[in-house]
Amino acid sequence: MEIADFIKNVAAQYEETDTCEFNANTRFKEKDEWSSLTAMAIIAMVDEVYKVKLLGEEIRKSSTINDIFDIVKSRT
Amino acid sequence: MYNPFSLEGKVLLVTGASSGIGKAIAIECSKLGAKIIICGRNKGRLEATNFLLVGNGHQQILADFQQEEDINSIVDQLPIIDGIVNCAGITKPLPFQFANKTVIKEVLNVNFVAPAVLNQLIIKNKKLRNGSSIVFISSISGVFCSSIGGSIYSASKGAINGLVKGMALDLAHKGIRVNCVNPGMISTNIFSEGVITKEQLADDEKKYPLKRFGKPEEVAYAVIYLLSDASVWMTGSNIVIDGGYTLI
Repeated sequence: MEIADFIKNVAAQYEETDTCEFNANTRFKEKDEWSSLTAMAIIAMVDEVYKVKLLGEEIRKSSTINDIFDIVKSRT
Repeated sequence: MYNPFSLEGKVLLVTGASSGIGKAIAIECSKLGAKIIICGRNKGRLEATNFLLVGNGHQQILADFQQEEDINSIVDQLPIIDGIVNCAGITKPLPFQFANKTVIKEVLNVNFVAPAVLNQLIIKNKKLRNGSSIVFISSISGVFCSSIGGSIYSASKGAINGLVKGMALDLAHKGIRVNCVNPGMISTNIFSEGVITKEQLADDEKKYPLKRFGKPEEVAYAVIYLLSDASVWMTGSNIVIDGGYTLI
């Protein structure tokens, strides 16, 4: 799996934030529109695209997109 | 001793009895004198519930609501009963855009289709005595409110509420009563898959006017009322037990 695609997939879960604002070091929970629904959408996207079951707790402990990418990569 | 809520002499089927609300209902009903037929999908956990039942003459039926043949097998194994408590249920917290056909089918099948078919077969095969009571565990979700990522769960519980009203009408001539209990969040393992964090649940808990989630027994007590002869003039109704959640 490629980090570039992963970033794109995470960015797609945001409605108002411009996709170009996202990179591997983006602190994804600091975006204005972040909510528990966004967390749920990222978990659902990871399950659908990468067939990996993320926990809410793992999202809570992650800061950057790269942090989640590492977790998902370690399970694919 | 005078007790209008006694279940002495009644034989009751409780689905979803291997955990959560169903387990508490089975145990509390046994304490009031009922013979319980517990039904669940996990053998070890069902055994654990069975161990906690008070009194003798209870029965276990291992069945998974995702398997159609299991539903037929429950009906085959049933004696004549005096009540059904439909508790088996699952949830898949998902934002609506991810709630695809597979998820919709899975949640609706376990929460709505399987219990509807089970009750239909029980009635058709005349396994439920006239004058019995049927209880469905619905939810406040889908009837009075919903929750983030809960669209399909809500749909399944809303469907149960409609089913109850129709069944209540169709079965009234047999004296069979059909009612719903609509709990708010109850402390069970239904969110054990971990999509919702403990922190999110703690935040949610603060929104309840009575400042906590419910306990499974607190749902069981309402079910006992609906199963007992104390509620003999009640059918097609809802009992909301939600710590005041839907007031605000």
